[in-house]
Amino acid sequence: MDEQSAAYWKRNVKLVATLTVIWFIVSYGFGILFVDALNSIEIAGFQLGFWFAQQGSIYVFVALIFVYVSKMNKLDREFDVHEDDD
Amino acid sequence: MDLTTLTYIVVGLSFALYIGIAIWAKASTTGEFYVAGKGVNPVVNGMATAADWMSAASFISMAGLIAFLGYGGSVYLMGWTGGYCLLAMLLAPYLRKYGKFTVPEFIGDRYYSKAARIVAVICLIFISFTYVAGQMRGVGIVFSRFLEVEILTGLIVGMGIVFIYAVLGGMKGITYTQVAQYCVLIVAYTIPAIFIAFQLTGNPLPQLAFGSTVNGTGEYMLERLNNVVTELGFLEYTTTNKSTIDVFAITAALMVGTAGLPHVIVRFFTVPKVRDARSSAGWALVFIALLYTTAPAVGAMARLNLTETIQTGEVGAEDGNLSYEERPDWMKRWEATGLLSFEDKNGDGRIQYYNDANAEFAAKAAEYGWAGNELSVDRDIMVLANPEIAQLPNWVIALVAAGGIAAALSTAAGLLLVISSGVSHDLLKGTFTPDMTEGQELMAGRIAAAVAILIAGYLGYNPPGFVAQVVAFAFGLAASSLFPVIIMGIFSKKVNREGAIAGMLTGLIFTMGYILAYKGVFFDPIIANTPDNWLFGISPEGIGTVGMVLNFIVAFAVSKVTAEPPAHIQHMVEDIRVPKGAGGAVDH
Repeated sequence: MDEQSAAYWKRNVKLVATLTVIWFIVSYGFGILFVDALNSIEIAGFQLGFWFAQQGSIYVFVALIFVYVSKMNKLDREFDVHEDDD
Repeated sequence: MDLTTLTYIVVGLSFALYIGIAIWAKASTTGEFYVAGKGVNPVVNGMATAADWMSAASFISMAGLIAFLGYGGSVYLMGWTGGYCLLAMLLAPYLRKYGKFTVPEFIGDRYYSKAARIVAVICLIFISFTYVAGQMRGVGIVFSRFLEVEILTGLIVGMGIVFIYAVLGGMKGITYTQVAQYCVLIVAYTIPAIFIAFQLTGNPLPQLAFGSTVNGTGEYMLERLNNVVTELGFLEYTTTNKSTIDVFAITAALMVGTAGLPHVIVRFFTVPKVRDARSSAGWALVFIALLYTTAPAVGAMARLNLTETIQTGEVGAEDGNLSYEERPDWMKRWEATGLLSFEDKNGDGRIQYYNDANAEFAAKAAEYGWAGNELSVDRDIMVLANPEIAQLPNWVIALVAAGGIAAALSTAAGLLLVISSGVSHDLLKGTFTPDMTEGQELMAGRIAAAVAILIAGYLGYNPPGFVAQVVAFAFGLAASSLFPVIIMGIFSKKVNREGAIAGMLTGLIFTMGYILAYKGVFFDPIIANTPDNWLFGISPEGIGTVGMVLNFIVAFAVSKVTAEPPAHIQHMVEDIRVPKGAGGAVDH
């Protein structure tokens, strides 16, 4: 692998790792491991931990994918490995 | 117009639509048959993926499960959505770049091994048949309740429809019918939810109504639900009695299993570009989230409605319970199907619905003169009965029937296609009869799809007693066998043939062995399926997570001590990591 591709791959892995950490924190963290602690906080009619487990985590998942898509498209162009427009 | 006639019309129209699309989108090459010619728009593919993924279980059963499990139902909500992040970031773009037709094909090429490919095909076929039996069952339930026909007739009609568009249209036909099916099912799911949310809280958005105050009480819905159910001896709605580690493991097994399911992965082979594969996963999750964020609201509202319909007054008061004679019509209709039943144990002519397994509350109930819980409700009816409970117009009920069928058929078709491509492309063309022409392969694919439909129909009509038990299998196997080898194939250049085969077999045998030991399936369970007996307190539903970890460990360890992959394989891995140069459908 040449240096350019290695650098591209490294950036890619770093981005994925960051997003995966967020993914883990909202679902397994807020929704499962710390659910009891968060449930003591109540916003509107929701206990916060319960809300993350049944609503919030799903919204964050959607957002994460679109952040990933936009960052990767930028990265592809930066390293000139994007696909042709046609 | 009466309900049955109306239902016939709505369901009939939806079928006519699917068939029309099938005729318009007939596949004429293997590329079109397997991957729709790789020309599907990413948003359209996202919608098709959503329909492909959301099965009869998502549409019919999930909200009911959540209604009775409360917080415990979160494992399905997070587990069946979170996998899309893994798909988008770890699998879909790279597999699209690789650019072939099937999942086992990637595994076979990456690990330069026909054995690996065959192990993958076997996993794929087992996972897919497990699933498809459940879909056919869903079609049967909907037909028998709403169209008042025999389950067999319903199955034959359902099989006929799938046959037309899957066998003729292949992936191309399936894709566009799935788009139509998504529209039918999401409308059918959300309309009753919006009506009920509005009736109950004055807020039409189910996602918000769920956290609003119940009309006329000033009490938040979830708070009220907690009070109402605990008064009857049930567990508080927003908690669970499952251990944290088990909730964790089940969620992980479902997430990773989702990302490893071949019929989902293959949908990302159908888009034109790598970047489309990424965004398509995002769109898929948007369309899925519409239903998945509505479902917990539907579950909570259904539980509250059901409980308050029966417990009309104070708990323990003589006239606090619904009199059987005055029960609403929807209960009478569902009693006829056997999915709801009443037994007047204390002979007072009223329905008592409470948790008699809770010893403390059972003692109190005995003081009220209650002799045990008298109502049994199959959780599968909660979504289907919802519009009737909320007294919505007949056309909504008809639409829900069409939606349930759409959910089941769209998933069944996707599964049948991966089974047929596994047989015709991986087993025949790829392994046993490589000399086939494209025309012969296409014919083999069609025949395999037709045979698979017949087997699926048979399984739907004679569901083996173990269908419910083997669902854990499908996710456990996908998580512990396919997912790790695909990930390692992309993110490591060093994992080799020996490592991958050893890893897959370890994950597979461990997970299968564990589930069989506790669930039996073909024989009596060897060990009682109770939390005390579980390894680390992890239930068979969650054990795929441990299988996955073992797969990774074994694969890396074995690869370390055996020869590294040949140079051309390492180059192939480097190549799939960059988007540039992804072609259209590859003929080979």
